[in-house]
Amino acid sequence: MSFEPKNPVVKWVEDRLPITGMLHHALYEYPTPKNLSYWWTFGSLAGVMLVVQIVTGIVLAMHYTPHVDMAFTSVEHIMRDVNYGWLLRYMHANGASMFFIVVYLHIFRGMYYGSYKAPRELLWWLGLVIFLLMMATAFMGYVLPWGQMSFWGATVITNLFGAIPVVGDSIVTWLWGGFAVDNPTLNRFFSLHYLLPFVIVGIVILHIWALHTNGSNNPTGVELKDKQDSIPFHPYYTVKDLYGLAIFLIFFSAFLFYAPNYMGHPDNYIPANPLVTPAHIVPEWYFLPFYAILRAVPDKLGGVLLMFGAIAVLFALPWLDKSRIRSARFRPIYKQLFWVFVLDCILLTYIGGKPAEGAYIIWGRIATVYYFVHILILLPLVGLFEKPKPLPASISEDVLSKKPASEEAANA
Amino acid sequence: MTTTTPEEENGVKRRDFLYIAAGGLGAVGTAAAIWPFISQMNPSADVLALSTTEVDLEGIETGSEVTVVWQGKPVFVRHRTEEDIERAEDVDLADLPDPQPDADRVIKPEWLIMVGICTHLGCVPLKGQGDYGGWFCPCHGSHYDTSGRIRKGPAPLNLVIPPYEFLDDNNIKIG
Ligand code: HEM
Ligand code: FES
Repeated sequence: MSFEPKNPVVKWVEDRLPITGMLHHALYEYPTPKNLSYWWTFGSLAGVMLVVQIVTGIVLAMHYTPHVDMAFTSVEHIMRDVNYGWLLRYMHANGASMFFIVVYLHIFRGMYYGSYKAPRELLWWLGLVIFLLMMATAFMGYVLPWGQMSFWGATVITNLFGAIPVVGDSIVTWLWGGFAVDNPTLNRFFSLHYLLPFVIVGIVILHIWALHTNGSNNPTGVELKDKQDSIPFHPYYTVKDLYGLAIFLIFFSAFLFYAPNYMGHPDNYIPANPLVTPAHIVPEWYFLPFYAILRAVPDKLGGVLLMFGAIAVLFALPWLDKSRIRSARFRPIYKQLFWVFVLDCILLTYIGGKPAEGAYIIWGRIATVYYFVHILILLPLVGLFEKPKPLPASISEDVLSKKPASEEAANA
Repeated sequence: MTTTTPEEENGVKRRDFLYIAAGGLGAVGTAAAIWPFISQMNPSADVLALSTTEVDLEGIETGSEVTVVWQGKPVFVRHRTEEDIERAEDVDLADLPDPQPDADRVIKPEWLIMVGICTHLGCVPLKGQGDYGGWFCPCHGSHYDTSGRIRKGPAPLNLVIPPYEFLDDNNIKIG
């Protein structure tokens, strides 16, 4: 199927720069497994959220001032004086949370259906790189309003690098541009917060390129066998994704208009004060599982290493998972372990938001140990010992075998 | 390769040498060009210049504490009570994660002057709290004693003693 433009202008361009053909191939004819569920919508939702963050961010930057004496008031100026400033800022602040919700679901989808397995290892890696860049971007963005949480979040997170032996302190001073988090820090964070989303756009393009090289995985985990198994992306999945988007936007709007500060912290409406730490500092919810892992270790360097390790091990998933079967649908034991792992991540998120005392410490340690046991021990072992259910011969066979006879008759 | 050309000696060719020399020089040049871009992020001259703070100790009553700013960081100036000093001196050094006698942390025992930044991840500890009568860091639960030494929790080191001197009985200069 090649792209033959009818319009002479498009044809003229196409002969010199085949960009329309490329887009046509990626968004129109791209042969997609015909059995994708709504779990496959989160990828395109993530793309939409990236665009929302960039567009709202660029207009916020038109009114924001990256200086310690003016940052806080400039954000209040956006909230009170700028036309629709409140809307734009709340879109951006809640948009970051929405972006993470969508991306976390997207990652869990990949883990459930084994989407990281050959030949999609690089696709998985590029996704994790996007995730890391998102975390860096969101962290630096949260510093910009220069409230108490901004300041102390920035202090605690940059100090993590101080745990590096020998050069740690020099690195932290270098990151700060001073002897504490201060104006130079705020300035560089603003510069990088503006830059990184565009780096993310670049990696997203590679991610989609890698995706289209081997095609989408699907709920059966069985590769496309023939034409019967696939349908063109447009109109089938453009419409499905748009419907998913509509539902998602309702969810987003509910927060945006009815609870815009629900996911934020009241302390961030207090201007930064370098001499007083708030009694209970916690990062944004999307960092909580990693924060819980950091605090589970009673040793500075150990905690930092384990926290970064929690993400590093995800890069090794394609090799740690010894099972040749992709989809958890056909893996009775892995399927249960997957849900236990999800619960464990939710527990870590909960613990990360609680003060580090008493039973929370114990539970934080148990949940941390389980996180690594799942990935490093259970995953490889289950792959070796589990007896999978029989796989369908093809996607078509699977889809047809599930349809009730009456419906098939009606379709005939 | 079947023929041996005059340039070849022990399998090393003139061309190999040129590759390595050119590549090496290129690497050095690139590193030199990158350096300003790295170095610009280090503290600038004006930040480095703000390096001393003077404190008048008169009026800081026994048992109380003030926080002053030095290099953008909080510094605790604590006027210790007899009891604080006794507790600080009366400790078995073997029990400490970062062993240091109290005498090494003060110039005059009644004045404890230290950077008020938790050595874990940089929060400002609260005075008069925690299990050892000194400071407690609420961020991840580090307990410091009346000498500012770490006793319990994730912080690895004692609170830092900044360089300071007594200008006279009632004035100190930090930095
Ligand atoms: C990956 C995409 C992005 C993410 C995840 C993100 C995240 C964030 C977050 C969490 C905040 C703090 C919100 C608050 O509590 O007030 C923020 C603030 C800000 N961001 Fe972004 N951002 C992104 C892209 C951008 C872009 C492309 C720009 C363009 C310059 C931008 C400009 C700003 C500005 C000016 C602020 C400060 C105003 C405010 O606090 O609302 N952002 N960002
Ligand atoms: S910063 Fe003080 S305990 Fe972590």
